[in-house]
Formats: sequence, C-alpha cells, structure tokens
Amino acid sequence: MSGTDRLSRLLALVPYLLARPGIRIADAADDLGVTEKQLRDDLQLLFVCGLPGYGPGDLIDMSLDEDTVTITYDAGMDRPLRLAADEALALMVALRSLAEVPGLTTGDVVERALAKLESAAGDAAGAATRVAVGAFYSDETTMRAVSGALERGHALHLTYYTAGRDATTERVVDPMRLLLVGGQSYLEAWCRRAEAVRRFRLDRIDGLTELDEPSAPPPEATTSDVRAGLFQPSGDHPLVTLRVGRACRWITEYYPCEEVHDEPDGRWLVELRASDLAWARRLVMGLGPDAEVVAPRELAEQIRAEATAALAAYGS
Amino acid sequence: MSRRRTERLVNLVICLLSTRRFLTAAQVARIVPGYEHDEDDPKAHEAFQRMFERDKAELRELGVPLETGTNSVFDAESGYRIARRDYALPEIHLEPDEAAAVGLAARLWQHAGLASSASSGLLKLRAGGIDVDPHATLGIEPVVNAEPALETMFGAIHERRTVRFDYRTPRDDAPARRHLQPWGAVSWRGRWYVVGHDTDRGATRCFRLSRVVGAVTPTGPTNAFTPPEGVNLLDHVAAYAGTPEHRGKATIRLRVGAGTGLRRWARGVEPGGDGWDVVTLEYSDPESLASRLAGYGSAVVVLDPPDVRNAVIRRLTEMAAPAMAEELG
Repeated sequence: MSGTDRLSRLLALVPYLLARPGIRIADAADDLGVTEKQLRDDLQLLFVCGLPGYGPGDLIDMSLDEDTVTITYDAGMDRPLRLAADEALALMVALRSLAEVPGLTTGDVVERALAKLESAAGDAAGAATRVAVGAFYSDETTMRAVSGALERGHALHLTYYTAGRDATTERVVDPMRLLLVGGQSYLEAWCRRAEAVRRFRLDRIDGLTELDEPSAPPPEATTSDVRAGLFQPSGDHPLVTLRVGRACRWITEYYPCEEVHDEPDGRWLVELRASDLAWARRLVMGLGPDAEVVAPRELAEQIRAEATAALAAYGS
Repeated sequence: MSRRRTERLVNLVICLLSTRRFLTAAQVARIVPGYEHDEDDPKAHEAFQRMFERDKAELRELGVPLETGTNSVFDAESGYRIARRDYALPEIHLEPDEAAAVGLAARLWQHAGLASSASSGLLKLRAGGIDVDPHATLGIEPVVNAEPALETMFGAIHERRTVRFDYRTPRDDAPARRHLQPWGAVSWRGRWYVVGHDTDRGATRCFRLSRVVGAVTPTGPTNAFTPPEGVNLLDHVAAYAGTPEHRGKATIRLRVGAGTGLRRWARGVEPGGDGWDVVTLEYSDPESLASRLAGYGSAVVVLDPPDVRNAVIRRLTEMAAPAMAEELG
C-alpha cells in the first residue's frame, strides 16, 4: 500500500465514520478493504490531527471502544474530496458497460446511477465523455431468459452447440452466474450431464427452457477465476503445432496460443491446444495451404486424406 | 510516505480548509505541526521550502484544489487556501439499487487498468454517506479485459497530449512507430480501441490497444490539440472493426448429420436425397466462406457460385497434393 493511498483513505475516513455512528470496526475495515489493525492505526493517527491550536477542543475526536467507533468531533472534515478525473472515468465507463447489458436490472437503474454520478463528479466527468462503450450483445433474448432463471433460482434445460465438436447436445444445468468477458457472455453452471462446472456461450444456446425445479449446484461446484482468460487449456487437450503464413497470423489473436515464434522466412510457428483433433482439422483445412501442420503427424495425414476424398466429389 | 508526513499533510488540509484568508508559506510553517523550523537559519528555511513544495505537489496530485492568491493588493507574497466548495464532493443520494449498480461497476475493473481509481472513487462515495454492498452481484460478473496501455492512453486523451507507440497487426512483419493525437477511447465488443489524428498519415485512424507493442509514451505539451466537435467515436471503430454485411448467397450439398455449425447459420436446409441436404448460406466474402467450407472436407460440396466453388477446389487441391506426391514417390 502506497502512502498516497493511505492519505486519500485518511481524508475519506472521517466523513465515512461521521455518516455511520457506532459502526463496528470490523465492518468498516471490510468496507474499506483494509485490515482491522490497519484501520485502528489510521484512527490513532487521526487522533493527533485537527484544527490549528491543536488543543483538546481542536483535534479530531471519537469514541472508540473494543468493537465500534463514533466520530464526536470532525474538525471540519465532514465531506470527502471530490472525485478525481480518473475515478469518475473508471466508475462511469464501468456503469456504461453495465447499461449495455440487456436484462441486467429492471428499469433504468444504471442510467439513474450514471446521471447522479455525472452530476456529482462535475468537471471530472469530462474525461468520461471521451470514452465510448459499444458492447452489442447479439443474444438479448437468451440473456434475459438466463438472468431470469438466475434470479428465480431455477434449473435450465439447454440445447447447446459445442463448436469444438461441431455438435448440438441437450443437457440440464444448474445456473451459477452470468459472466461477461471480452464482449462475450457466458452462463457458468453445473452441468448435470458432464457432472462438472461448464461455461456456455450465450450465442451458442439454441434452445432454453426454464424448469420448475430449483437450481442446485452441488457443494463441489465452485466458480472459476477468469483472470487468466476463459479458456484454460490443460494437458488433456492435444497440442497442435502449425507453421502459418501472413494471411493466417490472425489465429494468434483469435485463439489462445501456447507459443508463437517468428521464423526466418516470415512465417510463424504457432503452438496451440485444440479441444480435439477434429476441431483442429476443421481449423487447419479452413486456413488452407497457407497453414502447414508441423505436429502431430496424425493430423497432417488426416487432412491430406480428407482433402483427397473431398476433391473426388468435384470430379477432378 | 512516512507516518509523520501523512500526519502533516492531513493537518495541512484541515488547516487550509478552515481558513478563509490565504496563508503564506511562513504562516503555514508557524501553524501546522511538522513544519516548525528556525526561519533565520538559511539551511533550515531552505529545507522547509523544499518540503512544502513536495507536500503541495502531493496534494495537487491527489486532486486537492489548492488555491493561490493574496488577501489584499498590498501583500507581496501569495498564500494558500482550500475552498470548501471546490474540495467537497457534492451531496449525492443513491437508492439502494443504484448503489448496488455502482458497486458492481467498480468491480468491473478488478483485473484491469483502472482498478485502483475505481476503488478510491467508491471510497469517496461511501464517505459521502452512500452504502455500497461490496458483495452485491445482481447475478452477474462482468470482467473488463486487461489492457496495459489503457491507463496511459486515458491520461493522454484527458490531457490532450500526443502519444507515441509501436504498433503491430498480425499482417505486419515488424512493429511500426506511430504518432497519434488521441481523441477518445472505445470499448467495442470487449476490445479497446483508440481513435485520433495520426500525425504521420495526416488522417483519422483507429488502433486496437492489444496490438500496441510495449509502452505508450505521451510526448510534448498538454492541450496540444482540440478533438473535432461531434465526432462519433463508435462509428469510427465500427467502420474499422465492424462485421461486414451479408451480400452473396451460396448453395452447397451437406452430408446428412454433418456440419452442425453450418446448419445453425444457414438460411435454408432442404433434403437433397442420397444422404445429402441442400443448404443455402449467406456470405460477404467468397474467400472466407471458402475457408470455412473447406474446413468441413468431404462433408461439403459447393454447387454455386463458381468463385466459391473454385476457391474451395483450389484449397483442397493444394492440401491433397503432398499425399499425391508421396504416393507417386
């Protein structure tokens, strides 16, 4: 924690406590994102701050017992500092992103919050006017249906397209949460068929029925950390090595790759994990002759055989 | 920052907030604990002045509006004060559902760029008397993609400074140095872009931040340019990154039971006999349709149009060729 963070916390602390007489120190620490020990240390520091004169009637005063704290004299620190431009920007841009999510909340709650924040931020809100947000979730109906099921705590029957296997399957899931990552929306749920937590991309849900039974993910169903990206390939997924030309380099932006190396001839050596070899075959055949399979050999052979068989239908 | 300095700065803020008169540096030194020194000792005085300069800079950095001025025309030296109306967050009242939305919004940045700005902003709102449940979810977990260049770019947009960065698209062999007057940033379908005037090309350009290699460096003075009025940032990005319209129509034979992905996307599917369906597809670019269809191998036969059919045949021929060469050899 830097000193600047502490100073801005201290300036906010007096008005924060002033608005909440008798607040439990543990609750305040949780709210402020600091430890109880740190908060008590902050309070000790504030005890020696106050108005010029710095006598008993000038210093910030509070009644502090084992568990709770109440400000009894604020020395004029009754309001927090205005929002800085970066703070207004961070909150307003995030709210605008939320406003783009269909069916997130009823009514115009996000817009109302945004308008109030903008007016409180004053000049600092200017920075946010130079940032635009366009999410364009294409699956509005599905999103509304999924958030409805989450809200009511019901299980869902899904008809779901799995791109990896190019197949559509039926399954019953226990919804856990809706994830919005990188402009895509996903339902994270316990899949009763796979008996595991799965993420379902909303634009690949072809059919959906809310069941009249509670969503009941088992205790072992835990939400995953999405910090490192959504697709976390494991050793179970076959490793595919390709050598690609300029026109196919886009795959390195589109799919998570394990390794990308420049080769002297300008081609790139790309290693990625495929969900299975059939998926990899569709990918590489789609990339065409500008992509060459380095490994596994089995994949290269499958592609040659498949291309030869496909050509036969064209009578050449 | 040491505890003593933190204490001194809190007292300085309280002191300058409480005064309506401008206080000179010498007056501050006599009033606020931590600045005491012997004014007649040049070394001590110089040390005080340096300390006071650093403290003022620190407060300004935090956004504390330090006013400078004199109390009368006869004062030779200017002083300082903080106007309460400029300092204090105006009254803001949020309904519980609005506060929940703000709390959720602050979490959006948890893994990316502005996380600390969002949480210090949220702290000020809380200090303004608004209760925000830190664990409210609304059943949804939004995550903003982390983009290292974002924070610097936001700063440059705000300060209207030209930036310099290296940029590389997958089609480029090496990164190229670019210079941009950034007008604004756009989050488009989960990716971040910056729109502005490219001073090298002398034209409006749009850049995807994930393609910036290394750091973004602001160069030159602030307020170096004025973004044109009425520019729609989203339109620029849409033109750059948007999805093309479907124009052409293709007809293919697709083996029954195969090509689920194509069927989901098809305009029409009709039985064609002998274990085949006839499928109609809309497309915008014949080459990318050919790529997609070639991916399905022998499960697809393109009937029409000829340019897509030929593009698929060309791809298949080149992919099949190594096998033929092996058979011959």
